[in-house]
Amino acid sequence: MTNQKITLAKGLNMGLRKAMEADDKVLLMGEDVGKLGGVFRITDGLQKDFGEDRVIDSPLAESGIVGTAVGMALRGYRPVIEIQFDGFVYPAYDQIVCQVAKYTYRSQGKVKMPIVIRIPFGGGIGAVEHHSESPEAQFAHTPGLKVVACSNPVDGYWMIQQAIAHDDPVVFLEPKRQYHADKAELDESATPEPLFTSRVVRPGSDATVLAYGPTVKTALKAAEAAESEGRNLEVIDLRTLSPLDMKPVYDSVRRTGRCVVTHEAHVNLGMGAEVAARVTEECFYSLEAPVLRVGAFDMPYPPSRIEEEYLPDLDRVLDAVDRTFGY
Amino acid sequence: MSDPVSFGPDLAEVFGPSQSDGGPDLVQLLTPEGERVHHPEFDHDFSAEELRGLYRDMVLTRRIDVEATALQRHGELGIWAQLLGQEAAQIGAGRALRPQDYVFPTYREHGVAYCKGVDPLRLLGLFRGVDQGGWDPNENNFGLYTIVIGAQTLHATGYAMGMQRDGVVGTGDPDRDSAVIAHFGDGASSQGDVNEAFIFAASYNAPVVFFCQNNQWAISEPIERQTRIPLYQRALGFGFPGIRVDGNDVLATYAVTKAALQRAREGNGPSFVEAYTYRMGAHTTTDDPTRYRLNDELEHWKLKDPIERLKVYLRRNGLVDQQFFDDLDAEAKELGHHLREGCKALPDPKPMDQFGYVFSEMTEEIAAQRDEFAAYLASFEGSH
Repeated sequence: MTNQKITLAKGLNMGLRKAMEADDKVLLMGEDVGKLGGVFRITDGLQKDFGEDRVIDSPLAESGIVGTAVGMALRGYRPVIEIQFDGFVYPAYDQIVCQVAKYTYRSQGKVKMPIVIRIPFGGGIGAVEHHSESPEAQFAHTPGLKVVACSNPVDGYWMIQQAIAHDDPVVFLEPKRQYHADKAELDESATPEPLFTSRVVRPGSDATVLAYGPTVKTALKAAEAAESEGRNLEVIDLRTLSPLDMKPVYDSVRRTGRCVVTHEAHVNLGMGAEVAARVTEECFYSLEAPVLRVGAFDMPYPPSRIEEEYLPDLDRVLDAVDRTFGY
Repeated sequence: MSDPVSFGPDLAEVFGPSQSDGGPDLVQLLTPEGERVHHPEFDHDFSAEELRGLYRDMVLTRRIDVEATALQRHGELGIWAQLLGQEAAQIGAGRALRPQDYVFPTYREHGVAYCKGVDPLRLLGLFRGVDQGGWDPNENNFGLYTIVIGAQTLHATGYAMGMQRDGVVGTGDPDRDSAVIAHFGDGASSQGDVNEAFIFAASYNAPVVFFCQNNQWAISEPIERQTRIPLYQRALGFGFPGIRVDGNDVLATYAVTKAALQRAREGNGPSFVEAYTYRMGAHTTTDDPTRYRLNDELEHWKLKDPIERLKVYLRRNGLVDQQFFDDLDAEAKELGHHLREGCKALPDPKPMDQFGYVFSEMTEEIAAQRDEFAAYLASFEGSH
């Protein structure tokens, strides 16, 4: 088989197809996921091939989508649901936090909740409000949920299949600005890394930059720019936000002594705060500087014409790296 | 001054006048006085055995409730959600189920749990604070008690959609065809989730019966705070039929629920049953109804007691003898003993038990917190 060059949208689409072929208990449900193939076309062609019973266009009610998925999971199905945009997940928040996250615990492990909640997240697409948010910390803060974020086409292909095969509920975050952006070569015969692992995506020795989802690309570009200035950054794609896989991070920071974490979400109580706390606890004597965070300001998402001034970018990441050298 | 704007139909004309005591559409087969009446659409030829069984079920259900309330008063339970007065609604609905049917309860369906074969002792764990439910929902086809009112109606709908995909709806095989019943109350009828469940169920023609026990009170708020029209009439707006049944009449509740379930099993979609009843007790043992409702109202409903009316009917028709009542009394006492002794014997969870079960396999993160806490606890060993 020859390897093909795919986008993230294609990788996710192929991964969903694989998962549906592998297990006929896998169902897709969401708004416009059927004939339309989703507003981002992630489920393109799947209803045609798997039928309306397995690729279900839902009424426009997010709590209804998640709540009915709980019932389907109790009946032995593995629902994969699409929340159309990050900002629309809040009507389903109660079902996710109080029901999906707790059913296994409340039943003392007697029932599983193998539900995948796919959420296109993050900004950068020039959208109107409620279409560019990064709610990951709200789910990572919830015991009983697992939260992962893919950053590239190949991970999208593998991680969605792994999330669907997993027996616990997974909030699956997809960087929407990357859906149709870059292509990467997919080797379907490769063995993927386990789902709940972080990964060094660019080795380096001077400082560690942590990112996930859309900011992985930002961090890699920052590392390229830094290299031209003679500074060698290590970039880690966290991939899993709950549980966190910190060992590669600790190993890196113990070598570099400096750590910057970047995400599109607000800095206050965001993933970066948790990561910084853990790095400080585990690498205290290796640190040359405090762990710095680069994220969105603690403001509502702004009008799209200034969103690039709100989101972390290459220069703000590099500025933070510079500051870690100022201590 | 101009005339008021006319806008659409007059609600009083569409829905009829105020309907205290259930109104003209109330399905009833046994009056509060214990008189058997008939209904053209919903009826059932009850055998003496069935009638005695329903009576027994209601008496035992009340006993569960009385014992649990007493256990709370003695400090053995932190709280208890009483069902006093709702025995007929729950037994009628519970006995209409077949084994393959699935129940999604609130936190008050002790009578339905009993019908589904859940040991009532299991219900006490949640209220004692030793577990969060803890039974296997799939063992008795009885979901976990749900405290966020209304959330379970969506679970019920999704479960029913699963049944459709499993091909256990509308096959014509009575042992195979299945349905779901979703319990909720008048307060929950205002929840978004309940209304979304109605829409999903209607849209997919899901085999689910929405069974609302309208007990007139959502803690301190009367039914008028939740609705301006009779609840059962809401169903039509969602695209399926709604029936109001006398929820203190176990015969009528049984007959109506049986028909609704059968309709769902046959593949004809959802329906709504409003069991018109009354919460004779408090919302829970921490509630004080004297702050918000008149004793007159309670006295009025006591005359409609669900157990008394069937007792009158059984006696008047010579379907029971003193031995029946003596045997039932002994059985109820035994059940009470089981609950009292069993409750006190429920083991408290150990401090380390809190780390179990949140995931199918414990994550390294949680294992590390568990180990750290174990080491912390161990550091006190030998000290005073």
